[in-house]
Amino acid sequence: MPHLDAAYNLARWLTRNEHDAEDIVQDAFLRAFKFFDSFREGNSRSWLLSIVRNTAYTWLEKNRKHEIGTVTDDEIENIQDEAPTPETVLLHNTGHQEIIAAIAGLPVEFREAIILRELEEMSYKEIADMMSVPLGTVMSRLARARRQLQESLRHRQPGVAK
Amino acid sequence: MNCRDVEALSHAYADSELDLVRTTEIQQHLTVCRSCSREVANIRSISSALKSSTFYFRAPANLGNRIRQSTCATNGTVSLRRRSEVHEMPWKQWMRWLIPVTASAVVILLAISAVPTADKRLTGEVVSSHIRSMMANHLTDVASSDQHTVKPWFDGKIDFAPPVINLAERGFPLIGGRLDYLQNQPVAAEVYQRNKHIINLFVWPSAQNRNSSKTANSKKGYTVISWEQAGMNYCAVSDLNAVELREFTDLLQ
Repeated sequence: MPHLDAAYNLARWLTRNEHDAEDIVQDAFLRAFKFFDSFREGNSRSWLLSIVRNTAYTWLEKNRKHEIGTVTDDEIENIQDEAPTPETVLLHNTGHQEIIAAIAGLPVEFREAIILRELEEMSYKEIADMMSVPLGTVMSRLARARRQLQESLRHRQPGVAK
Repeated sequence: MNCRDVEALSHAYADSELDLVRTTEIQQHLTVCRSCSREVANIRSISSALKSSTFYFRAPANLGNRIRQSTCATNGTVSLRRRSEVHEMPWKQWMRWLIPVTASAVVILLAISAVPTADKRLTGEVVSSHIRSMMANHLTDVASSDQHTVKPWFDGKIDFAPPVINLAERGFPLIGGRLDYLQNQPVAAEVYQRNKHIINLFVWPSAQNRNSSKTANSKKGYTVISWEQAGMNYCAVSDLNAVELREFTDLLQ
């Protein structure tokens, strides 16, 4: 089944749970079959992933409402004054489980931006279309997501005071 | 550009999502600013660390089967429910076929589009050509806003006569033409402009003489719209937004 891994990966990261991810993917594929008429031109992976995303959001809305909408897009970022640790050193010292936990700890809107960009390698434009937000919002969510990730990894460093 | 400007764009820069002008401006700033170049290096290293396949959850082996079975189950209930109605509503018999047939069509179509198709390869080639044309400072071989200069220039260089029109009045002035190479053949590249955005329009003869509808693709933030018309292949590419590029291609038809 095409794009099954991509669909599962997105659902798995959005729900942070294997079983719910499987249910969402199954549901999304059924919807995809049903609404195939709405697929016109362009990229079938983006089309399928947006169905997965919608299905996952409906599920989150129903089961974990508190997890969505925690991100405000017009927030002014506080710029850090401290010199950041070079990330190569940081990532080198961080285990793979810590990185997974750090991504999982991001608000869902940031998490999906990271997954679509870094793992699915989608362009800002594709992500913006999928989330129905302006390009600038994608840019700012990604920047804030990476910054938050960096921050969270720094706290997970052995020997760093929290 | 100062550090503050660069900071606002550093992620888009690291993701290669900026236009050529801003990319060059940031590059210049990075050669003189250590703190900004460290920031960009940080973004790149975090981003490449995440690209590792260890963070990609692959679907469990049985999930595909489960989905296949559930589509069959859905069809099963549909046909059972329909069976009693068959006599009074003969057309409903078709429904029993329609759903599995649509489901298989979806699977096949998704499978086809999952492999890099000729279309996808063309998009990649066209975007690379477009980027190259701007990077290498080789946008035009003949720089002119006059279609009567650009069109004859192609004579003798290629064995077909690409239509050239000036759309200056419609907001897309012609700025010149160039020879390029796509899909192992020489093609005409006509260069147009919309405000500060460059549009490359590639034209070459098509194998069949037919008119096809437009297909839009995007790659690396560029939009590519291609179609066939009166024996020619057309492919327009730009960092312009899809709506305006579409408007441009509509003017050509």
